[in-house]
Amino acid sequence: MIDKRVASLAEAVAGVPDGATVLVGGFGAAGVPVELVHALLEQGARDLTIVTNNAGSGETDVAALIRERRVRKIICSYPRSAGSIWFEEFYRAGDIELELVPQGTLSERMRAAGAGLGGFFTPAGADSLLARGKEVRMIAGRRHVFEEPLRGDVALVQALRADRWGNLVYNKAARNFGPTMATAAGLTVVQVREFVELGELDPEAVVTPGIFVDRVVEVAA
Amino acid sequence: MTATPLSHTGMAARVAQDIPDGSYVNLGIGMPTLVGDVVSAGKEIVFHSENGILGMGPAPAAGEEDWELINAGKAPVTLVPGGSYFHHTDSFMMMRGGHIDVTVLGAFQVSAQGDLANWATDDAHLPPAVGGAMDLAVGAKRVLVLMMHTTPDGRPKLLPECTYPLTAAQVVDRIYTELAVIDVTSSGFLVREMVAGLTREELERRTAAPLAYAEEVAVLAPTGR
Repeated sequence: MIDKRVASLAEAVAGVPDGATVLVGGFGAAGVPVELVHALLEQGARDLTIVTNNAGSGETDVAALIRERRVRKIICSYPRSAGSIWFEEFYRAGDIELELVPQGTLSERMRAAGAGLGGFFTPAGADSLLARGKEVRMIAGRRHVFEEPLRGDVALVQALRADRWGNLVYNKAARNFGPTMATAAGLTVVQVREFVELGELDPEAVVTPGIFVDRVVEVAA
Repeated sequence: MTATPLSHTGMAARVAQDIPDGSYVNLGIGMPTLVGDVVSAGKEIVFHSENGILGMGPAPAAGEEDWELINAGKAPVTLVPGGSYFHHTDSFMMMRGGHIDVTVLGAFQVSAQGDLANWATDDAHLPPAVGGAMDLAVGAKRVLVLMMHTTPDGRPKLLPECTYPLTAAQVVDRIYTELAVIDVTSSGFLVREMVAGLTREELERRTAAPLAYAEEVAVLAPTGR
């Protein structure tokens, strides 16, 4: 029998090792798996590389991980949101490493990892500083830069509903990086608002098939 | 200057005139978002948001905000009938893959070759941030820049070469400022429209790159042509 449901947030993040690369879903505050990130904070893993679009703001989720000195490096596209005070403070002090990636490249690098590909050439950023040190090739008369796949040891994702097989549906624009991150990690952990019985999710509407999911935990809204 | 520059809304309205009915459009953060408010009701324009929305509608009424339905600037929006949600990889496939007809972007600088600098200045104090700017600039079929003609302290933003780090090279098609509408051509900037009362000398003084002029330079008026 397949049952990916776990009873607690602590169980959901159990075993994340020090030094892990953790993919964290969300765009701004929409779709951030806040409770899972807080459970990771409790769990205590450190020296983490966090892959996420923004760098957290205020005192919650990724910002809290940074504040508690758990994050060695952040890979993101836009670390300068309003209220990203902890990232900015650590960045200025040289206490956190930043790898800046164009947003579409960030997503596609994770897609490549999830799809078993060795990378791709993209025109995005090929004329910019972000292409420094990378292979650039002319393709169809245009400069393209080679980008490598980006795999996580763990992905933390938020969705709306899951069944015990780990099939997922999302809510509106909170979907964002979730479906791609779910494919790109060794251990994919999802928090949902609600568990439903097997067969209740419309198979035509399932966004992430359960094959990509390892653990699901219910966090009431 | 005796000329009357366009207001921000007037500039946005001028951009909106150039967006054809039926277009898929991505509006950048800042002044470009004004374009969404002034598109003619007679046109059906589908707005794309990088975080996975097609058919993005206006801001909701106070109290109706849904924080899982936000735009690229993280402000709450709505979905129009026919709209859809999708994940980030699909969203950027639309952007890079040439499926977005028009993007309207802000800029720090634009060069006479159409190089765009809109993601970083030379301020080393702030951490760099790029977001979706590079994907959008290389991927949209038409890249329109909506910006003030000069910096707040009067330095030109239309230059022979950008001095700020490039977002993308040779991508800008047309620039709309409070003073003029300017095309980027293979031989540099070509002025298409100027506000009434502005002389060519005055415009050139605010522009660091050479300007050529269309055979008939039209009057850039707030109410359109």
